[in-house]
Amino acid sequence: MSFDEIYNIALMQGFAGLSLFSVLLLMGLGLAIIFGQMGVINMAHGEFMTIGAYTIFMFSSLTETYAPGLVQAYFPIAIVAAFFIAFAFGWLTEWALIRHLYKRPLDTLLATWGLSLGMQQVFRSTFGPKEVSPTLPEWLMGSWAPSEGLDIPINGLFVLGLTAVVTGGVLLALYKSRWGLRVRATVANRAMANATGINTKRTDRLTFAIGCGIAGVAGAAFTTIGSTGPTSGSLYIVDAFLVVTFGGAASLLGTVASAFGIAQTQSIAEFFLTGSMAKVLTLLLIVTILMIRPQGLFASKIRR
Amino acid sequence: MLNVKDVHVAYGQSEALHGISFEANANETVAIMGRNGMGKTTLFKSLIGILPLKSGQIEVAGNEVSKDESYKRVAKGIAYVPQGRMIFPTLTVEENIHTGLENAKVKKVPDEIYALFPVLWEMRRRKGGNLSGGQQQQLAIARALVTDPKVLLLDEPTEGIQPSIIKDIARALNEIRKLRQITIVVSEQVLSFAMDVADRLFVIEGGRLVHESTRAETDTAHIKQFLSV
Ligand SMILES: Nc1ncnc2c1ncn2[C@@H]1O[C@H](COP(=O)(O)OP(=O)(O)O)[C@@H](O)[C@H]1O
Ligand SMILES: [Mg+2]
Repeated sequence: MSFDEIYNIALMQGFAGLSLFSVLLLMGLGLAIIFGQMGVINMAHGEFMTIGAYTIFMFSSLTETYAPGLVQAYFPIAIVAAFFIAFAFGWLTEWALIRHLYKRPLDTLLATWGLSLGMQQVFRSTFGPKEVSPTLPEWLMGSWAPSEGLDIPINGLFVLGLTAVVTGGVLLALYKSRWGLRVRATVANRAMANATGINTKRTDRLTFAIGCGIAGVAGAAFTTIGSTGPTSGSLYIVDAFLVVTFGGAASLLGTVASAFGIAQTQSIAEFFLTGSMAKVLTLLLIVTILMIRPQGLFASKIRR
Repeated sequence: MLNVKDVHVAYGQSEALHGISFEANANETVAIMGRNGMGKTTLFKSLIGILPLKSGQIEVAGNEVSKDESYKRVAKGIAYVPQGRMIFPTLTVEENIHTGLENAKVKKVPDEIYALFPVLWEMRRRKGGNLSGGQQQQLAIARALVTDPKVLLLDEPTEGIQPSIIKDIARALNEIRKLRQITIVVSEQVLSFAMDVADRLFVIEGGRLVHESTRAETDTAHIKQFLSV
């Protein structure tokens, strides 16, 4: 192999890692804002991702059956729907379950874990145990070849763009919107935020729902790199937790950096080793770094 | 304007307030004097709804608020400046003030606030946590004022603040009352400050109000006895 070939392969493998990075980042982002706002570890977060993936599948099937002419156009609309459907289920979950369990972290852990098993069963009964794949529009297929021997998949680029838009949107909302102000005030001092007039419980519900909505978008992104089954989300939940812990739970920038690091290590190692050896290598690296920096990559620098 | 009737508050099994009753009128400033541990903070936290009442009633402008969560009390006209100021350290000065605008129609800091506390205008882009104690106190008052309260509660506003700034705060409180004709309830250990701002003084001891007098008839030597250890 010439140096050029190795360079191209490394680059392509790097781009393959970008799709994984996108899914991990979106998952980690949702988990992190929920954890930051109310200290809840949502074990069912993967299932909200699955909801997003099945939403894309449903839109694809419906479009193929009733409006085959629109197959090229349904995808963006389905992504928006994935957000709102996961958002709605998140809202409902917070109202029915989570809000009764604040201040009881272990119970929340158990309850959301139970919820995740329940949701998987509902997926199995509704969509069947077999994995399904939506028909993706043609413009998402194929690859872009900027030079000889270098093929960059379009779907990866699309998913990366989508992730950038969602992440940017969340950051903008956190720092510029009324919702963001409520969240940051509540995170800083819940009792005092309430005493300045902020309805902190409503803020909790909205934040939980937004976190779940983002998981829905992650599910939409996931359909471009894998097929969807009842347990697809649960395969990502551990990695998503890694992303959040590794990045430092309070830092969104850390979430971005650690999602990138984990996805790239995983993806590049997979090229040289088997999948499970790559995973072992990634985990080993994370554990080592966490032993040196237990607070995660980026800890908050502001005085408390 | 503020009507407190036989308020009892307990921490678990141990009762800290044993039946507090008082009224404060519109355009009146009331001071609650007392040494450390006498129940001032407990009273203020129960008035704003951070601590639940065991029994008793709190009314603001005729509205019962005893069972409301804090944010609802704010909407009904109580604003709270806590002991230790408790500004949001990670938010900028401007964002801190904005948290108080939850019920405001226009989400913009009124010019009047910056006129009252010019230093907050200069510092508006800084993080709240990087302000000095006196500046944080002004910020906490501004954050409370923009909720357009009928009753403003201040828990030991002079604690840990330089004497020169204490004078500024007294001036600001008198200015606020002149501008808005609201009720101000302030807890204090510093008698000179209380005499500068209050129309009436109470003394709290062991969770009970044990003394009441108007400023004119206040015997400062007598109150000082309550405040010395
Ligand atoms: N979180 C708490 N748990 C139990 N007791 C408390 C707590 N906070 C205050 N107390 C008790 O309540 C009483 C009144 O305290 P506090 O209201 O803080 O007084 P002050 O503000 O006048 O210094 C004290 O005896 C104090 O020990
Ligand atoms: Mg106190």
